[in-house]
Amino acid sequence: MSLRIAAQLLAEIHRHAEQQYPEEGAGLILGWLNGDERSAHSVLPVSNNFEAPQRGRRYLIDTQDILKAEDEAQRQGLSVVGVFHSHPDHPPTPSKFDTDWAVPWYIYLITTVRQGVAEQTRAWRLQEDHSEMIEEQLAIKQEAR
Amino acid sequence: MSNIRVPTALRAYTEGQIEVPTKATTVGGALQELADRYPGLAPHLFGSEGQLRPYVNLFVNDQDVRTLAGVQTPLAEGDKLMILPSVAGG
Repeated sequence: MSLRIAAQLLAEIHRHAEQQYPEEGAGLILGWLNGDERSAHSVLPVSNNFEAPQRGRRYLIDTQDILKAEDEAQRQGLSVVGVFHSHPDHPPTPSKFDTDWAVPWYIYLITTVRQGVAEQTRAWRLQEDHSEMIEEQLAIKQEAR
Repeated sequence: MSNIRVPTALRAYTEGQIEVPTKATTVGGALQELADRYPGLAPHLFGSEGQLRPYVNLFVNDQDVRTLAGVQTPLAEGDKLMILPSVAGG
């Protein structure tokens, strides 16, 4: 499985992550499905609703934001294909908490933000048996979407 | 008859169905009926000991069942049971 994403959408994700630093920034990815490949159409940055003191290492997306994304996706003939969030000053690899709370099928993009600057983004997906998250291919398109 | 709305992430396990009708009279009954109808979905709704997965949020006509009677919340004719994933991490 892989996620294709336009460079400017990835830049939007990075901007949101930098704006939220030193807290974690998060949002949802709307897109298309084509067999095992998913293509991002748009990204919806949202507020981190985790309790304030822990937002530097936790994120929570409000269910109303998820419902809005589901409705918007359905209206546009798209799907909510994944989630993005940042790891301030930590590698873009899933934590145990990420795995414990991961929803099957979604692609999870994790971006490292170091000293306020977004660096590497990697893509992950929960194994079907919920045991771990495995890395997926992230294909960045330079051309306009 | 009530309807269960399935979120995008779980439609891969319901043959792409967005809404699934149910004759169940409680939220828990409806989830079990859904899991029985789509066995591939069951492990994504319930953990190994039968408990609901932590990311499963349930709403009956837009009301969170945690503010009602949980999985014992009754379903009446025409009610809409919505499954929405809780999206969190760290």
